[in-house]
Amino acid sequence: MTMVGDTKNMDARRPVYLDYQATTPCDPRVVDAMLPYFTEKFGNPHSRNHAYGWEAEEAVEQARGEVAAIIGADAKEIVFTSGATESNNLALKGAARFHKDRKDHLITVVTEHKCVLDSCRHLEQEGFAVTYLPVKSNGLIDPEALAAAITERTVLVSVMAVNNEIGVIQPLAEIGRLCRRAGVFFHTDAAQAVGKMPLDVNAMNIDLMSISGHKIYGPKGIGALYVRRRPRVRLQALINGGGQERGMRSGTLPAPLIVGMGEACRIARIEMADEADRLRRLHDRLLTGVQQRLPDVYLNGDCEQRIPGNLNLSFAFVEGEGLMMGIKGIAVSSGSACTSASLEPSYVLRALGVDAEMAHTSLRIGLGRYTTEADIDYAVDHIVGAVSRLRELSPLWEMHLEGIDIKSIQWAEH
Amino acid sequence: MSYSEKVIDHYERPRNVGSFKTDDSDVGTGLVGAPACGDVMKLQIRVGAGGIIEDAKFKTFGCGSAIASSSLVTEWVKGKTLDEAANIKNTEIAQHLALPPVKIHCSVLAEDAIKAAISDYKKKHGA
Repeated sequence: MTMVGDTKNMDARRPVYLDYQATTPCDPRVVDAMLPYFTEKFGNPHSRNHAYGWEAEEAVEQARGEVAAIIGADAKEIVFTSGATESNNLALKGAARFHKDRKDHLITVVTEHKCVLDSCRHLEQEGFAVTYLPVKSNGLIDPEALAAAITERTVLVSVMAVNNEIGVIQPLAEIGRLCRRAGVFFHTDAAQAVGKMPLDVNAMNIDLMSISGHKIYGPKGIGALYVRRRPRVRLQALINGGGQERGMRSGTLPAPLIVGMGEACRIARIEMADEADRLRRLHDRLLTGVQQRLPDVYLNGDCEQRIPGNLNLSFAFVEGEGLMMGIKGIAVSSGSACTSASLEPSYVLRALGVDAEMAHTSLRIGLGRYTTEADIDYAVDHIVGAVSRLRELSPLWEMHLEGIDIKSIQWAEH
Repeated sequence: MSYSEKVIDHYERPRNVGSFKTDDSDVGTGLVGAPACGDVMKLQIRVGAGGIIEDAKFKTFGCGSAIASSSLVTEWVKGKTLDEAANIKNTEIAQHLALPPVKIHCSVLAEDAIKAAISDYKKKHGA
């Protein structure tokens, strides 16, 4: 099997994959674990009456245990969904609608994933009030601001554990403590955190947690929602039907995908510490490599409170999409407007207070399990080369070298 | 985002990158766009005898389509009179480069850049 990090295959025109926040390849061990459940052990896990059902159910329950183990939960507290987007929808809408008569206020953060923000907008249309907390320039929330925003009508606080664009880690334990004291539910979208940093739902006082399969070398199309049982968190289901997953999520459980997710969690739990060390070294190698050869490169997001597998870098005076075109040998993503459907730059970077022009200059680089040192060195060369070339083409770089303050110019926007 | 061959060509091998001295009397400079929008083009023309554009240079902060639009324009204005250059339409640029709808604004900015450079030159010459 060709691993994505095969640097020697670069001439075969497949770029080096450095977009691990977007998705991850399945670990081969995950695929091996899944395969029997497609054609041999293909039974419906809810078929109570025969061995086909029993063997599928047994595999699902074992996987459920693995998902619970990696976050310090009980297996009974894991509900399988189609992914973190569904989990986020279920957590927010499910909790809000269940408690609507007594509580109608939610708190979240401006840098959350679109599915959280959009679910909140939707709930606002249903009559709920939502507070969107700002973040500091390092991307972290101010716990005091959160405490001040909580009212007796607040049902839930939703703060993502690790941000998908800039990789910063929010102060989960502190947020959990605040919420527990105030008697509000704490939900965290942990899609980018599970398997990358230690998580403990009890130590951190987390009541709801969204988990994504395809961010941890598992298959796409599967996720989970952790739902605390003690004290019990009640949710109104989004999907009605046969009452599977304790009534919280009807539908036949996709045994192969769940087995894959379980295996992914098992592997991540065992290899997490070593992998984090390795990624930290690669992260530092990339950052140092680039900053040593290029001036005016900025890391977005707190430099300490972050997962090592993410670097969001702004290259002043060079536009992000133009840069991406020049680094076809590596697969990354950009915080530039051009690469999103609208012409607005990344809302996450803007929330950090990054100027619009700097937001247009950023690249998000994601490292992962199959990234090698050779990949990093290649990426550094490639990026340095492209940025240098584009700075030669850039009127802003020219002005900068001439000592002109770009902010002082009156631009005629059209 | 898939780019046309022509856009890629201009991006990989941009024509006429560089700068003239803004103060030179035969140079007109157009600086359009805004960093906040992710698009800034500087287009310069050097005008010779009989009002013919002899040379042109550009620098652009922007995506591949923006770079291509401005690079193309420096090729097109050479040998034209100021009036002829002012008649270059963004639609012609967009068509030549096969720009998708979401990138049409890059060709509009390039058209603006030519006009701004011509206007600057004319101002220097009392127009």
